Amino acid sequence: MVNIEIDGVKLEAEPGSMLIEAADKAGIKIPRFCYHKKLSVAANCRMCLVEVAKAPKALPACATPVNEGMVVFTASERARVAQKSVMEFLLINHPLDCPICDQGGECELQDISVGYGKDVSRFTEGKRAVRDKDIGPLVATDMTRCIHCTRCVRFGTEIAGMREMGATGRGEHMEIGTFIEKSVDSEVSGNIIDLCPVGALTSKPFRFSARAWELNQADSVAPHDCLGTNVHVHQRRSQVMRVVPRENEGINEVWISDRDRFAYEALNGKNRLTQPMLKRDGQWVETDWQTALEHVANSLKAIPAEQLGALVSPNATAEEAYLAAKLMRDLGSNNVDHRLRRADVSTQNAEGLFPALGLAIAELENLDACLLVGSNLRKEVPLAALRLRKATRNGKIAVVNPAEFDFNFKIAEHIVADGLNLAAELAGIAKALVTDPAALAADAAEALANVVPTAAQAHAAELLKAGEKKAVILGHLAQNHPAYGQILGLAQLIASLSGASCGVLTEGANSAGATIAGAVPHRAAGGRSLVKPGLAAKDMLSAGLKAFVLMSVEPELDSADGAAALKALNNAEFVVSLSAFNDGAARDYADVLLPVAAFTETSGSFVNVEGLWQSFAAVVPAKGEARPAWKVLRVLGNLLNLKGYDYVSSEDVAAELKALADSATVHAGSIKLAAVNGAGEGLVRLGEVPLYAADALVRRAPALNKTADAATAVAGLAPALAAQLGVADGDKVRVRQGEAQVELPVNVDDRLPAKTVLVSSQAALGSLFGALSVEKA
Amino acid sequence: MATEVKNLKELIAPAAYAECEVWVSKYPAERKRSALMGCLAVAQRENGGWLTNELMDAVADYLEVPHIAAYEVASFYSMYKLKPIGKHLVDVCTNISCMLNGSEELMAHVKNKYGIGHGETTADGRLTVRSVECLGACVGAPMCQVDSRDYHEHLTPEKLDALIAGLE
Repeated sequence: MVNIEIDGVKLEAEPGSMLIEAADKAGIKIPRFCYHKKLSVAANCRMCLVEVAKAPKALPACATPVNEGMVVFTASERARVAQKSVMEFLLINHPLDCPICDQGGECELQDISVGYGKDVSRFTEGKRAVRDKDIGPLVATDMTRCIHCTRCVRFGTEIAGMREMGATGRGEHMEIGTFIEKSVDSEVSGNIIDLCPVGALTSKPFRFSARAWELNQADSVAPHDCLGTNVHVHQRRSQVMRVVPRENEGINEVWISDRDRFAYEALNGKNRLTQPMLKRDGQWVETDWQTALEHVANSLKAIPAEQLGALVSPNATAEEAYLAAKLMRDLGSNNVDHRLRRADVSTQNAEGLFPALGLAIAELENLDACLLVGSNLRKEVPLAALRLRKATRNGKIAVVNPAEFDFNFKIAEHIVADGLNLAAELAGIAKALVTDPAALAADAAEALANVVPTAAQAHAAELLKAGEKKAVILGHLAQNHPAYGQILGLAQLIASLSGASCGVLTEGANSAGATIAGAVPHRAAGGRSLVKPGLAAKDMLSAGLKAFVLMSVEPELDSADGAAALKALNNAEFVVSLSAFNDGAARDYADVLLPVAAFTETSGSFVNVEGLWQSFAAVVPAKGEARPAWKVLRVLGNLLNLKGYDYVSSEDVAAELKALADSATVHAGSIKLAAVNGAGEGLVRLGEVPLYAADALVRRAPALNKTADAATAVAGLAPALAAQLGVADGDKVRVRQGEAQVELPVNVDDRLPAKTVLVSSQAALGSLFGALSVEKA
Repeated sequence: MATEVKNLKELIAPAAYAECEVWVSKYPAERKRSALMGCLAVAQRENGGWLTNELMDAVADYLEVPHIAAYEVASFYSMYKLKPIGKHLVDVCTNISCMLNGSEELMAHVKNKYGIGHGETTADGRLTVRSVECLGACVGAPMCQVDSRDYHEHLTPEKLDALIAGLE
């Protein structure tokens, strides 16, 4: 440690750290604009000038390393003169438009100018003005206000891995922007709004709707991906106005994804369900809770227990999932599942208490080697991609994917599996890792017997052999794959052969919590085994159960097979949907719509993929007559005369569940491996779930759905396939899966292997990874 | 949608492309971006003296840098032009030494005789004139640079006319 003194306070500082870091740690305030602890040091705003004893001039604290015996004054006469002079320069070109600027009240320039600025400017010349460019639906620009701190530019280069903003021109004519008229397309672009110290980059959806001082801030947890990103929700008069990051070094650092930032817009949409509704003679009529719940209770009682099924959103809170599962089990049915998109549950009994990453989220950035399987990571868990990106500074990442997806970091070995045959590639990597064939278990030895690793597979294996910290991570596409059991088994084999951890990045915010809560057909809450397991989501739908309870899901869009789900729900005798929204196909197939509280409107807990429980309170009341789902389920339990539904708060539910989870004893078994078949001859669908089509909330967020990542239904064809069919970009093709068929515009996509057709999840078709046929329309 | 991005090879002549390859070969493979200025200069010359967005994108893709990195360099240096210019470019130094020795009269003369001021091009597209900062030839002030190459010193309006008349 290095001994220094700042403003008379003796401090110890890390060798090599900068003065500003030492001062920040000691709580000594130094004004700054361009310095940000998560970005590289640019030292271009000069606001942090301080006096250092024996130095001839004031030095920038952000770029001056600490030195033994250094004596620093941050508020001496010399320091103040320097800081005030810089402030005067910064204000030369900055417009005095605070009253109409969205940043007003939370502006670093405004705050610091109160302390360091003069009340009168000596500058009488004209101020420069910058013409704005439209950089997309999320970030509004007023570049005349820009003070050229370059935080947004550095964020793109260093954190997002996608440099879209830059500094063009020179001197007085320097401008920060995209130079050409283009949208900023990064899936984490919203962070530049927070980084911008002035009102140059502001939130387009939030713009002009509230002042910072009118907002009340509450803590919450983002409801879209498995990391459990910490957020602040800002509300005014019971309306959510915006969502911003809450710092949590172990999870999201200081960032949030655009999905977590802008999905709140759906909460304030016009299509919210605010009143219980019953379908009478095909017409929807509003009713009261008592009538609606009695109707539900009577209808459920009238149906044999084995014909009841519940589909729970992986974004539901642990409390909601627990009560939904408990209710079904108390009614005598184990048909409850939250894994709607999962096509293969054959290995579920061998899986652990909850789907886990296998290492801490923060550890992702320290990996020496990582094998990523079946994941378009940036569009699945954007912040996990940022973490893994940091690992590539020292580590190497290999990918096995069904298509050559774009990553914002370097991939050391990119293996594209033709015909979705991920398992075959994994078998090759596993084989290449085997050093002692005699030590292999019998099933593994047999499964790998005829496998000959390719050069790429051998290279991937080589990467995994090196280094200390290693992980095999399965993404959404692997988990939704019809051969997931085999993929998981091989991934575990690879992990054990290479000394890596093996884990998953799950769909939804609470897959772990829902699994622990028993919202799975094979285990009750706390991982307790069942005598007679129920049906998994896809089996419930294909079995055509008579009644379904839908918990914040839209199975036609959230399932492994949308067409089958829609058919099952249309044919069911009774469907009750607990939903926050009054639109979509539920209006056709449901018999009862119960309005439930959405994100920010209910208290509850999410368990993230590292097993961390995070509880949050409601920020705003639910809309209209809507109630938190745990309350609805509790009353439903009472109406059904079931015992043990006397919870007073969601904490009561959580306490009961936690007690069960704490005493959980799940023995993850080993997965029996079998030889991997070759890819089939026909065309297969790669049913990716687009970033902004992942759940009911984000599908209804208007700004997100205007971005480049917005879900547009297209048929992605490999160039060879397009040529063979005689179609080009924009032509129409007819895509068929069983009885379902749709006409889609063609997108010739050279990331795809020959037999793979990319048709994302929102197309009204069958299995996400099933066979399909394509013909020119 | 797959976007049509033309690569550099399609946009410039084979000889010019070979020149870019020479620029790239001068730097370590992982520092390819160092060749950005050289390659932009080649591309500009090939395009009649100015850079289109398409060319800048192609150079950036060729060197595997973000497009914005090419825009930054091209917009920073005055040797790169982002708009069409005349067939010939005359840069008149108007910095202190040349100003004291009559560069202001030179610019006024150009305005009178050819009808163009700083950054403007004659209607026939033959001539563009710019007033620029010090070109490091104060000893011969006032001076100008023609077509980003040749220096002409000790200028008078008459000498400048003769010079312009002599341009092909």
